[in-house]
Amino acid sequence: MKNTATDVLPAEGGLGNEPLLAVDDLHVEFVTRGGLVKAVNGVSYTLQPGETLAVLGESGSGKSVTAQAIMGILDMPPARIPKGEIRFRGTDLLKLPEDAKTQIRGQRIAMIFQDALSALNPVFTVGWQIGEMFRVHRGMSKRDAEKKAVELMDRVRIPAAKARVHDYPHQFSGGMRQRIMIAMSIALDPEVLIADEPTTALDVTVQAQIMELLAELQRESNMGLILITHDLGVVADVADKIAVMYAGRIVENAPVFDIYRHPAHPYSKGLLESIPRVDLKGQELYAIKGLPPNLLNMPTGCAFHPRCPYRQDNCVTDVPELYEISPVRNSACHYWREVLDGTDG
Amino acid sequence: MAPTDEVILEVRDLVKHFPLTQGILFKRQIGAIKAVDGVSFDLHRGETLGVVGESGCGKSTLAKLLMALERPTSGSVKINGRDMARARGGELKRMRRNVQMVMQDPYTSLNPRMTVGDIIGEPFEIHPDVAPKGSRARKVQELLEVVGLNPDHINRYPHQFSGGQRQRIGIARGLALQPEIIICDEPVSALDVSIQAQVINLLERLQDEFNLAYIFIAHDLSVVRHISDRVAVMYLGKIVELGKDTEIYDRPAHPYTQALLSAVPVPDPEGRQNRERIILQGDPPSPANPPSGCRFRTRCWKAQDICATEEPLLQIRPGTSHESACHFAESHDVVHSA
Repeated sequence: MKNTATDVLPAEGGLGNEPLLAVDDLHVEFVTRGGLVKAVNGVSYTLQPGETLAVLGESGSGKSVTAQAIMGILDMPPARIPKGEIRFRGTDLLKLPEDAKTQIRGQRIAMIFQDALSALNPVFTVGWQIGEMFRVHRGMSKRDAEKKAVELMDRVRIPAAKARVHDYPHQFSGGMRQRIMIAMSIALDPEVLIADEPTTALDVTVQAQIMELLAELQRESNMGLILITHDLGVVADVADKIAVMYAGRIVENAPVFDIYRHPAHPYSKGLLESIPRVDLKGQELYAIKGLPPNLLNMPTGCAFHPRCPYRQDNCVTDVPELYEISPVRNSACHYWREVLDGTDG
Repeated sequence: MAPTDEVILEVRDLVKHFPLTQGILFKRQIGAIKAVDGVSFDLHRGETLGVVGESGCGKSTLAKLLMALERPTSGSVKINGRDMARARGGELKRMRRNVQMVMQDPYTSLNPRMTVGDIIGEPFEIHPDVAPKGSRARKVQELLEVVGLNPDHINRYPHQFSGGQRQRIGIARGLALQPEIIICDEPVSALDVSIQAQVINLLERLQDEFNLAYIFIAHDLSVVRHISDRVAVMYLGKIVELGKDTEIYDRPAHPYTQALLSAVPVPDPEGRQNRERIILQGDPPSPANPPSGCRFRTRCWKAQDICATEEPLLQIRPGTSHESACHFAESHDVVHSA
């Protein structure tokens, strides 16, 4: 018998022991002309309702690809997922039929993109684009959908929402466009919101407004928030826990206070030390030497070893497992004890 | 080398208005974008002046004016006492040699069809007196070495380099003509976090080595603080506060500076619940139609009637040690108060 979409959809209500969202040993590869690019190599993380998980990493670390895999918006091919599970309320999204995925994507798991101008359609009014969520997913009439769009624009505090609902994206400033993106993403009260560098293109003053808005919306609805960023300041402000990614792997995950106080992986430690600090003015900044690896030609053993001050011989040959430091902390470094103690390698 | 007292760049009442026109056949001017509207400052030899502000405040137009890529509507830019805004022809060409620029995006500011040697050597084509033809390749290799690249890579193309390495190529090109002033327009914002520190260290080393003066434009306030001797805060085409880095960061007097500093996320989660946050409402007004009096008054929590009628001048205010343009200026440490 063929399953209908509603049969396989994850239940609502209580969670039991299962986290809201669990990424488990996820692998994503891209088939390119240059060869097989392993963009994500065994990433695992969990998210609870109301929790903020920050995924920190440089370009090419796989942080956005992981998010796209959760949303199910990876282009396959060239991408493929050879291994891993993405469980939403206990149901593996990767095994769901396409029609069931559509029920989840955008409704129960929503996403905000970095560049709001290119994520919005320039030839439709913003009211039409926000209303589309209600017309497509809720079958509302045009007029009701527009009413809902105005309500949402009010909720994300766009001034004079009623007058601006018929404006086009180019008529809004960068911060207002990002608010429109947020309005679209929260339209159907998602349980998980993925924000991929939501403030990178914005000024700090506008960034503060947007982050405050996200925190408020999260408090109201108890959403789980995955914040993808490379900004250590934003992370310190809002995150509950952090997953640091490097070359397609999580190299450290920890509660936010632990990692800023005592990082347990040389890469997170290097990142934190390279922030300009007041007491170090006039001195040379600590810089992680070398370059991030080419994903087509990854170093053997630990991917960070060519840049690592703690490197020993076995780092070149053995891939470090994700060692458990405490029940809530892991580090993928053979020498995490030395890193944690602060003794130099 | 510490900055000296010798002024090498003197900017006075610099104004740049871009006309807004209407009509196709018969163009009429209906207004102007006041991108830079009366900016004055000095730059000393060997000094770094940081320029911060939101997008649209006129930072990049200011950079173009200093490079003489745009002609000012009024005001003067004097380099070593000579006015670049009035200079023409050969004189302008000689003056331009002295001011070079490092661009923001190392991916689009290097010509993909030129080799690194051609890119860094191109300034010598325009100013052949700096390096005679025979010695050019050697000069370029020296420059590559100075910025920490392999001199043997002179015949490679930009796509063969990473972002951080490309920014080094851009810096080498800026150094080629041995300028005294380098304008860095967001030089690290397009780079990965782990690479930014490398490039900042390089800029500081070069400053010491060649006694360069930098105008450092950036939106990352912690980077600006690290590298700058003095900082200018711009809002809607005007400098609203100007002072030493410690004065601006520890004792900001202008409400806009205070709001800007408090909006910067602190990379330390300790005490994040009690941190003071001044969140400005809305966006900056349009530079085509700036508010009367003080331009910040529409977003300011201190605004009174006088702010709408009388424009506050950039001057040292009672109780503060540096210049600010606010009728109600008072020092307030927003970063450390918790």
